[in-house]
Amino acid sequence: MALRVNFVARQFLNMETAFKKSTNLHLKLQVRMSSILTDNSSLPDTHQMLRQTCADFAEKELAPLAWTTDKKHLYPTEQVRKMGDLGLMAIDQKEEYGGAGLDSLAYAVAMEEISRGCATAGVIMSAHNSLYLGPIKYWGSEEQLQKYVLPFSTGEKVGCFALSEPGNGSDAGAASTTAREDGDCWVLNGTKSWITNSYEASAAVVFATTDKSKKHKGISAFIVPMPTEGLSLGKKEDKLGIRGSSTANLIFDDCKIPKENLVGESGFGFKIAMSTLDAGRIGIASQALGIAQASLDCAIAYADDRKAFGAPISKLQSIQFKLSDMALKIESARLLTWRAAQLKDAGINFTKEAAMAKLAASETATFASHQAIQILGGMGFVSDMPAERHYRDARITEIYEGTSEIQRLVIAGRLLAEYRK
Amino acid sequence: TMARVLVGVKRVIDYAVKIRVKPDKSGVVTEGVKHSMNPFDEIAVEEAIRLKEKKFATEVIAVTCGPTQSQETLRTALAMGADRGIHVEIPADDYVKTGPLQISKIFAKLAEQEKANLIILGKQAIDGDNNQTAQMTAAVLDWAQGTFASELKLEGEKLTVVREVDGGLETIDLKMPAVVSADLRLNEPRYATLPNIMKAKKKKVAKLTAKDLGVDLASSIEILEVADPPQRLAGIKVENTEELVGKLKEAGLV
Repeated sequence: MALRVNFVARQFLNMETAFKKSTNLHLKLQVRMSSILTDNSSLPDTHQMLRQTCADFAEKELAPLAWTTDKKHLYPTEQVRKMGDLGLMAIDQKEEYGGAGLDSLAYAVAMEEISRGCATAGVIMSAHNSLYLGPIKYWGSEEQLQKYVLPFSTGEKVGCFALSEPGNGSDAGAASTTAREDGDCWVLNGTKSWITNSYEASAAVVFATTDKSKKHKGISAFIVPMPTEGLSLGKKEDKLGIRGSSTANLIFDDCKIPKENLVGESGFGFKIAMSTLDAGRIGIASQALGIAQASLDCAIAYADDRKAFGAPISKLQSIQFKLSDMALKIESARLLTWRAAQLKDAGINFTKEAAMAKLAASETATFASHQAIQILGGMGFVSDMPAERHYRDARITEIYEGTSEIQRLVIAGRLLAEYRK
Repeated sequence: TMARVLVGVKRVIDYAVKIRVKPDKSGVVTEGVKHSMNPFDEIAVEEAIRLKEKKFATEVIAVTCGPTQSQETLRTALAMGADRGIHVEIPADDYVKTGPLQISKIFAKLAEQEKANLIILGKQAIDGDNNQTAQMTAAVLDWAQGTFASELKLEGEKLTVVREVDGGLETIDLKMPAVVSADLRLNEPRYATLPNIMKAKKKKVAKLTAKDLGVDLASSIEILEVADPPQRLAGIKVENTEELVGKLKEAGLV
């Protein structure tokens, strides 16, 4: 009954009032955010400091706007620019290309704190760093680094990554977008789908088949400046979560790009995509951790505040068990994520660990946000509290950059190979 | 003239943390509690860096006094843009007895040693709330002082300070060298950007003791007890002024 009255009342609240209400309530709980960081001592000094900077930034600049970003599907332009000022939009790029010159562990730590403030800001940062800058960093030429990394390091310009197509997501080797040579340029034809940052991007890393006979070894990677003739964008998807980030199709219709825009060598595309996704998984795992942690923060603050049966509900065992389970899963996934990052930084193969981290963290985000709603009860179901947004934001982490099913295949593949050695 | 700026930074319990008094009432619980730079010190550091960016200052030296952990705060100052740091190491046992008087003597000695002509400090630390160090430092050095600064302008030898006082805003001109204490509205401190955090690793941090500076840390103040403020009791509502006056008379207050 009370919930129904709540629903009716909602209709009479205009958006602004609801926003103010939600920020006040949320800010009251949020103020403890950056003072409550889980134990830092295993991180190097620089990483402890950058974690604090990112937590402060997320608390002050991202969290207060997260509600509006979600409700109005707003791309957080100003916030992305500020993230650029902090060095977050080229975090592991070399300094000479505008980057902060940090490592994967720093990226993981920063991603988690940013996503804890706003999952949309997190995905924009992750897609840009891992999926757009990543391939060019590892496989691009000097000219490509100067032209497509350096100007993209300040937060003013972002890039996107185009691998998935309407006909294939998990089945990346079946890319049907084609690239044929025509004089001094490549001509691209086909459609890419689910492209994050599509509407704001100034360039895209696009995977297209250059030699169909070679199957997945006939795919190549290209940099496509945006906008460009022959490239149009589909409609923005109306998503369940991370709504401030634009997701749309990239439609190539005899789109011409210069010859020198090939990344790496012809036929390397699949390899580039797979290794890029390995690193990207650390980013998405961290985003999921941020969402999960934000859910836990919200749940604890509420449980300590909400009284039922004469005491705060945090005194009840059933609530305590939920909080413990959430914290356990978060801590486990976080350690896995940091381990994957540390392996990558040490130059050791990290494919299995990255897949494990992404799988664990994304399922943890879904679990934690689900439990957070349960702990908040009716309040978890309405937008006054961020729990419902975390629930919606969490869901995509089990899908993009490799579905949970694909992660399990990747893990099994590495596992069996290790045993058979 | 250009300023060489000394900025004092203190490691305090983070402002958002809920303070708990130790059971033995000797102080507050600091073990395992989140610490950060005193918020007014962040503002002081920011102002010093802005002076340098506007080319009014040649160098910004961050100073902290305290046990080993104080170095974290120094690192933050360096990551914000200070050029180098000085850590005056005071062992934990001595540090609990150290107050503005001792710290001001240390700052004064360092200012002379480093040939600084401008000292910017936070107006007060959020743990001690003393609001004395800047004033005492100026007195020890016999320098001009501009406290509760909400605006700072340096022109040659003249420092114009707008002070936030009870009556409003007071503008004074100081002749360098001077000590300034930063108030809340002086500026909004920058975040330590990731590239600057990396650069800070290469910046020099010198380590000294109070003895090296010839400063005696002996204090004539002893903390007897630290206790929680009394619990705020619920009030009662009265119907009218007559009842209010009646209640006040009952309580012997009028």
